[in-house]
Amino acid sequence: MKSLLLCGVGGQGTVLASRILAQAAMEEGKFARTAETIGMAQRGGCVVSHVRIDSKDCSPLVPLKKADILIAFEPGEAVRNLPYLKPEGIVIVCDNPICPVTASLAGIEYDSRKMIDYIKSKVERVIVVDGNKICEECGSSKVVNVALVGTIIKTGAAELSEESVKKVLKDKLKPEFLEMNMKALTLGMEYAI
Amino acid sequence: MKELLMGNEAIALGAIMAGVKVVAGYPGTPSTEVLETIAKRNPGKIHVEWSTNEKSALEVAAGAAYTGARSIVTMKQVGLNVASDPLMSLNYVGVKGGMVVYVADDPGPISSQTEQDTRHFGKYAKIPVFDPATPEEAYEMIQDAFAYSEKYGMPVFFRATTRVCHSCATIDVGEFPEPTEGEGFIKDTSRWVIFPKLSYESKKKLEAREVELAKEFSKLKYNFITGTGRIGIACGGVSRAYVCEAVNDLDENKDIFSIFNVGTPYPFPEDAALEFINSIDKLICFEELDPVIEDAFTYLLGKHNIKLEILGKRTMDVPNAGELGVVSITKILAGLTGKEYTESQERFKDLPDIPGRPPVLCAGCPHRASFYAVKQAMKGRKAIFCGDIGCYTLGNAAPLDMTDTCLCMGAGITIAEGLDYAEFDKDDRSVKFAFVGDSTFFASGITGVINGVYNKANIVVCVLDNSTTAMTGHQPHPGIGKTMMGDVSNAISIPKVLEAIGLTKVVTVDPLNQEEAINAVKELADLPGVKAIIFKSPCVAIVKTKKSAEVDRDKCIGCKKCINELGCPALYMKDGRACIDKALCTDCGLCKTVCPVKCIKEEA
Ligand code: SF4
Ligand code: SF4
Ligand code: SF4
Repeated sequence: MKSLLLCGVGGQGTVLASRILAQAAMEEGKFARTAETIGMAQRGGCVVSHVRIDSKDCSPLVPLKKADILIAFEPGEAVRNLPYLKPEGIVIVCDNPICPVTASLAGIEYDSRKMIDYIKSKVERVIVVDGNKICEECGSSKVVNVALVGTIIKTGAAELSEESVKKVLKDKLKPEFLEMNMKALTLGMEYAI
Repeated sequence: MKELLMGNEAIALGAIMAGVKVVAGYPGTPSTEVLETIAKRNPGKIHVEWSTNEKSALEVAAGAAYTGARSIVTMKQVGLNVASDPLMSLNYVGVKGGMVVYVADDPGPISSQTEQDTRHFGKYAKIPVFDPATPEEAYEMIQDAFAYSEKYGMPVFFRATTRVCHSCATIDVGEFPEPTEGEGFIKDTSRWVIFPKLSYESKKKLEAREVELAKEFSKLKYNFITGTGRIGIACGGVSRAYVCEAVNDLDENKDIFSIFNVGTPYPFPEDAALEFINSIDKLICFEELDPVIEDAFTYLLGKHNIKLEILGKRTMDVPNAGELGVVSITKILAGLTGKEYTESQERFKDLPDIPGRPPVLCAGCPHRASFYAVKQAMKGRKAIFCGDIGCYTLGNAAPLDMTDTCLCMGAGITIAEGLDYAEFDKDDRSVKFAFVGDSTFFASGITGVINGVYNKANIVVCVLDNSTTAMTGHQPHPGIGKTMMGDVSNAISIPKVLEAIGLTKVVTVDPLNQEEAINAVKELADLPGVKAIIFKSPCVAIVKTKKSAEVDRDKCIGCKKCINELGCPALYMKDGRACIDKALCTDCGLCKTVCPVKCIKEEA
């Protein structure tokens, strides 16, 4: 079984990413489960999506210490969810901080560099993805999720193929957004090489 | 065809497979997607509607089931409180076509006011309860629920919890059949008109049915035993998935357990449970919300004079509030077997504290502007702000701090009235404001306004009209003029409704025009009786703009007033100056009115 935990801030598109991964698994004939945060937290709160591939007899939520890959759309959320990572697990983190309103109000410094340094000091394999750069290159602020899917599959840790993800994107996305997302996928993959 | 379906989608498709004809509901997390999915996948002949509230929805579904057609009504657990009046009586009258009452419970709670347990409600109302553990089970079980409902002429509960409703699984979906049409309504006052005599006869039947169903359910595939170990685990709903994974994690110890899964907590499958009791030396119950299964076992032991140790919520071995999970269950089971188990990791012992990230009103949300206008207008005055259920409940957070009370749907208006009556004979009364969203206004706000006019309350009703039901994912409502069947209907005008009720004054303002909004609040606050301000501006999550605002960083004096007054998530400080996150900002303009040096402008 493979367990993936995707985390971020409401509105960042973690749900779409987890669905793409689960559907790619189905393309390969594997059973897939996901669980998502839906409801109030979607208004800028912490959100997590759980993906579990190739096992029927399991909880829909990834338990602590059991994620093969932790995929964070935001550095602070990566730190918050580190306890879910397996000892040998991989962290993929998008370096695009979103300062929580509570921190702005309290005047707390929100330094993503320090957070990423912490993760690197604790985890052997950490891939930092420059989300802003990918968005600029693709001409859209909405492609981070697909780019991260690219990084995930390229690590090999999810045991999902590029072909199945591409097939899902073709089936799922409106034709006018396809090219842009295919580009994001490729750019995301480059980070895992 | 194999599809990745969310629990709620699986339930929806299962209902279509069962030939459902009429579907009604009121949005509420985590139940909403069932009705939405039926509307989206409607093969054509199913009537789907968002009703004004859960009571209306349940009555609509009952009427349809009187004709022999199959119907489903959907709601969240607190919605069941609203629908309980018709439902209690409906069980005495009965139905002809299969009728499922779908209720989503919310352990945690994650997005609800209460941790109430619909399984209890089933027992109280004497209505059978089906409780799926996974989306794939839900898909099948809902079809059986319809069949049982029809066989016995009774409404049945289909209860799921958040982690079943909102998790996805791979499911093989069949070919959709035509809906069941039924024979039409056949007049029979002795059947469809509730009278004490009918209720007396029905009560006897309900009691007999409980016994009969308990027997039948003991053989049902959803109530089953796995394993042969002498430590028994009883569970139901999503807890089963947690238990399975936890037991597997215990490796060499897993054979000491056996698991009894309860798919129909009411009527409790007593025969199957007795068989289980006789094969174990000790029982531990894992279930979320209330100890329904645990109590059923305790009762059974007493009834049959059996001695057996039961661990669970009643013995404080299992937490009695919040969700369960693999980790919490593994810990408890490891404790029983004397195995060491720790979920923490040494390497993350010094995990830095990350500031909390509670949900907030979106950047550019018109509610922020409405709250801020009222706050400004009432500066230095005694005022109480009664909130209600919706995105605008988030107006309670700092720095707005504009929600002093929040109870349940529609209560803001009537709570404000009660606050006012309590000091009706005082001279220095505070101004009472009741904030209510447009959808909540239609669901249960109107009767409260009428009550206030009739009984001479002094309140200001603030209708936050963003032309949608935003919190639950943007459903239409009676004020919008669109139905779930894709038709256009007469949009019901909130100001006209209020004028017809006879308020002292009704005004409509654009909250993004702060000056106009503040003046309106000031004026209405001093008028006697019930007054209303309709703050009309669309939810920015559906009406997107490409514009954003920008801080002139040379002019910004770094006073932080914009951040400290508004709490807009697009605003943050960087190197001592304010900054705006372009991706979030919608150029609502509110921060421009706040900035003392006017250094925020629309982006060039
Ligand atoms: S204009 Fe100001 S208050 Fe409005 S969304 Fe943009 S940053 Fe927030
Ligand atoms: S979804 Fe709409 S109503 Fe809700 S917080 Fe966002 S903008 Fe406001
Ligand atoms: S209120 Fe104006 S001057 Fe003060 S920090 Fe905000 S943008 Fe700068």
